Amino acid sequence: MSENASQNLWTVIGKSEEFASDLGVCIKIEDEQIAIFKLAGEKEWYATQNLCPHNKRMVLSRGLTGDLNGEPKITCPLHKRSFSVNSGECLTDSDTGCLKTYPIKEDDGKLLIQFS
Amino acid sequence: MSKENVIVIGNGMVGCKFLAAMLQKDTEQRFNLITFCEEPRPAYDRVHLSEYFSGKTSDDLTLQPIDWYTDNGITIHLEDKAVEIDRESKVVRSAKGIEVRYDTLVLATGSSPFVPPVPGIEKEGVFVYRTIEDLEGMMEHAKVASKAAVIGGGLLGLEAAKATQDLGLESHVVEFASRLMPRQVDDAGGATLKDIIESRGLTVHLNKATTEILGDEKVSGMSFKDGSTLDVDMIVVSAGIRPRDELARKCGLEVGPRGGVVVNEQLRTSDPSVFAIGEVALYNNIIYGLVAPGYNMADIVATQITGGDAKFIGADMSTKLKLIGTDVASFGNIEANEPHQNIVLTDPIKGTYKRLITSQDGKRLIGGILIGDADAYGTLLQMTLNEIELPEDPIQLILPADSGSTPAFGPAALPDSAQICSCENVSKGDICSAIESGATTLPALKKCTKAGTGCGGCVPLVTNLLNHTLKELGQEINTDLCEHFSHTRQGLYEIVRATGINTFDTLLEEHGNGGNGCEICKPAVGSILASIHNDKVIAPRNRKLQDTNDRFLANIQKDGTYSVVPRIPGGEITPDKLIVIGEVAKEYGLYTKITGGQRIDLFGAKVNDLPAIWQKLIDAGFESGHAYGKALRTVKSCVGSTWCRFGVQDSTSLAIEVENRYKGIRAPHKIKSAVSGCTRECAEAQSKDFGIITTEKGWNLYLGGNGGMKPRHADLFASDLDKETLITYIDRYLMFYIKTADKLQRTSVWLDSLQGGIEHLRDVIIKDSLGICEELDQQMQHLVDTYHCEWKDAIEDPEKLKRFRHFGNSEESDPTIRHSLEREQIRPANEEELAKL
Repeated sequence: MSENASQNLWTVIGKSEEFASDLGVCIKIEDEQIAIFKLAGEKEWYATQNLCPHNKRMVLSRGLTGDLNGEPKITCPLHKRSFSVNSGECLTDSDTGCLKTYPIKEDDGKLLIQFS
Repeated sequence: MSKENVIVIGNGMVGCKFLAAMLQKDTEQRFNLITFCEEPRPAYDRVHLSEYFSGKTSDDLTLQPIDWYTDNGITIHLEDKAVEIDRESKVVRSAKGIEVRYDTLVLATGSSPFVPPVPGIEKEGVFVYRTIEDLEGMMEHAKVASKAAVIGGGLLGLEAAKATQDLGLESHVVEFASRLMPRQVDDAGGATLKDIIESRGLTVHLNKATTEILGDEKVSGMSFKDGSTLDVDMIVVSAGIRPRDELARKCGLEVGPRGGVVVNEQLRTSDPSVFAIGEVALYNNIIYGLVAPGYNMADIVATQITGGDAKFIGADMSTKLKLIGTDVASFGNIEANEPHQNIVLTDPIKGTYKRLITSQDGKRLIGGILIGDADAYGTLLQMTLNEIELPEDPIQLILPADSGSTPAFGPAALPDSAQICSCENVSKGDICSAIESGATTLPALKKCTKAGTGCGGCVPLVTNLLNHTLKELGQEINTDLCEHFSHTRQGLYEIVRATGINTFDTLLEEHGNGGNGCEICKPAVGSILASIHNDKVIAPRNRKLQDTNDRFLANIQKDGTYSVVPRIPGGEITPDKLIVIGEVAKEYGLYTKITGGQRIDLFGAKVNDLPAIWQKLIDAGFESGHAYGKALRTVKSCVGSTWCRFGVQDSTSLAIEVENRYKGIRAPHKIKSAVSGCTRECAEAQSKDFGIITTEKGWNLYLGGNGGMKPRHADLFASDLDKETLITYIDRYLMFYIKTADKLQRTSVWLDSLQGGIEHLRDVIIKDSLGICEELDQQMQHLVDTYHCEWKDAIEDPEKLKRFRHFGNSEESDPTIRHSLEREQIRPANEEELAKL
């Protein structure tokens, strides 16, 4: 793992077939929790922080995915705040903070995430 | 050609309205508009002044921003009071020394609060309730005060009293007359109003003439003519208004004996080049102290100045408002001199008083008063103004909306000339043509016609008219589920039933608008698929539709852990099963609490512990309690005739049977039930979606009740039923609800919105008026026959169990979950405790 911890390197997080295509999954990299989603949009895979910035709990991977006017989003299961999985921006209100998003790609049957 | 000068003295609501009307009508820009405003800010909404206390700012209340005046070429002299009118040379002089010549002058000086000449009234802590500055003064003083009295129990006085209560003060209302709102309501109405207001924690003192304000420099109390006193450290005077006619008096215009500038039907004063409008104008010996007639006057004068023809012929003083959270409305003539009849409906329990005054023959409405519930105001006002013939049984018009009475009168009955919004003088014709030209939503309609933007009292009628007109035009009212489906829940339910579609993706592809779905349509479709096919909710093709509770078959709590609720049918449980619950709770460190539905809730379970917890519960004979689903929750029961010395029938056995019959059935919302073994009703069956109460001859069935935010007692549907009939009726009721309700609509709201109410439900369920009973019976039998315990199914399927993990790449629990101890049990760590970690 050590070479992956340095900046801008792609970290393999597993075989893409191990990630359900219809459900969010939370993965642990070092001490961070990252939510991985697959849904139709500009890209196919999306990665965001798992922490909901509203209630500060590690629950986003368990929310419902969807879209709002074509913008792919995740809705927090606790209080139904929606966030763009593209930009991380909160789509429900302007008081809730943004999500950190991570570059993610599929390569040769593997999922890789840029994690710094 | 040089422009003519039009000066408006006073920039209140009516003055501002006049300027707006001039801008609209002066199409050739022949006039210079100049206005004097003694207050430091331009006109604001005095009608909603008390909202200043609930957080609205002076900007929110401002009618037109200052830019509006300058952009439209209006000269506004803020904080500069007009002090003299020289009619000879046609000049207005201001306090700051400005002199402006006029061709036409409009007095819109309004009124000032009347302050009775009681000794001590000048003391510190005495306020009037008129301007934003008055309110600011009250807020400041309230910081050092504890007890306030309002002199005057009229409309404004009650608003002021509410304001002092909102400021945290003990609040008293002191009224000289023998009832509250003496000008708007009658004695009985006043008494109802007093009861309501006192129930909100205000104290009302009637028949009290204030003789002195006590205290040294500051107010410390007040004394009354009857010798009594009241200790208060703040007083708000709201004893009526006096027209601001001092300028008019000084320049020799004719004024009334009790004040007010006399105007004719053109609203001209005794000097033809001077008009008066609003609360300063005295027409036919009447001062019109409401905003709607003032706006009407502004419009009439602007029309005349710009060369048109218009007359003021008096105004309807009907009014509807919310006072201290209570509807108060009066309309038409409530002091009818002609022969008349009264229809009075009083409900002291609900706190409503309604009086209709009809013509002697009962065919026409003359006026009326509504207190506590003024939903019928718009309709009744229109019937009065348009002299629409009353239905045979006029009391129907004021029966509560939930009593099953159908309104005998809709917007269709109104003539196009009917005035719908009296504040902005908008007719039915105006509204209909705006709808026809594309204003098809309420906000668009408000923006385009201004209807409903004044007091707001006509909004229900405008909405009604909008929906009605859209229907007439063949347009659908937008009831789309969300952006992905242009169908209602009912529509989708019927599509799924008719086509047999059993996946979200197919439904979206064939009947949706594309996209990924969202948090609204996914669970709604998931619920429909479950209601129709009784598929497993976490089966691969359904799992992505379920929000977290249905996805993990447990209820998410604030810290991201879940609660576990095994089913305990009828609330009956053996000691051995109790012990198992206790052991499981101990082993997994769970918090335990008895629920309102007679079962036990285990809190704090981590998502990866759920399967093991359920393995143990299922081994001991428990089943899923579906506490996580929009489904049947519990059927509560008393011990019934088995143990209770008053019990008439075996309520526990019936409750267990009913709970086992309907468990697992998915519905638009959660469903609760109860069975009571005698009329003492210990199981509280009348507060349930369906409730059963024993009678000597069988069972009574109650439908459509619930607790929650807006409690509703269930309606008695049928009496003395045998068990077989009872179950048949419940089957049909539940299936009909599942088939026709909106998403997340409770049975109570569904029943209230059902056209024809409980009577219609009886026709459908008992008389099979829609011919669907056989279908409903079959569908219910299918659901009962295909019941499965979702947890048993889950723990037997390794594929499903794989999903009960917090991490996809680790078996660990969520390391951020922290619990603290309270009363020997765990609870989620609070923010302070989390911060310390």
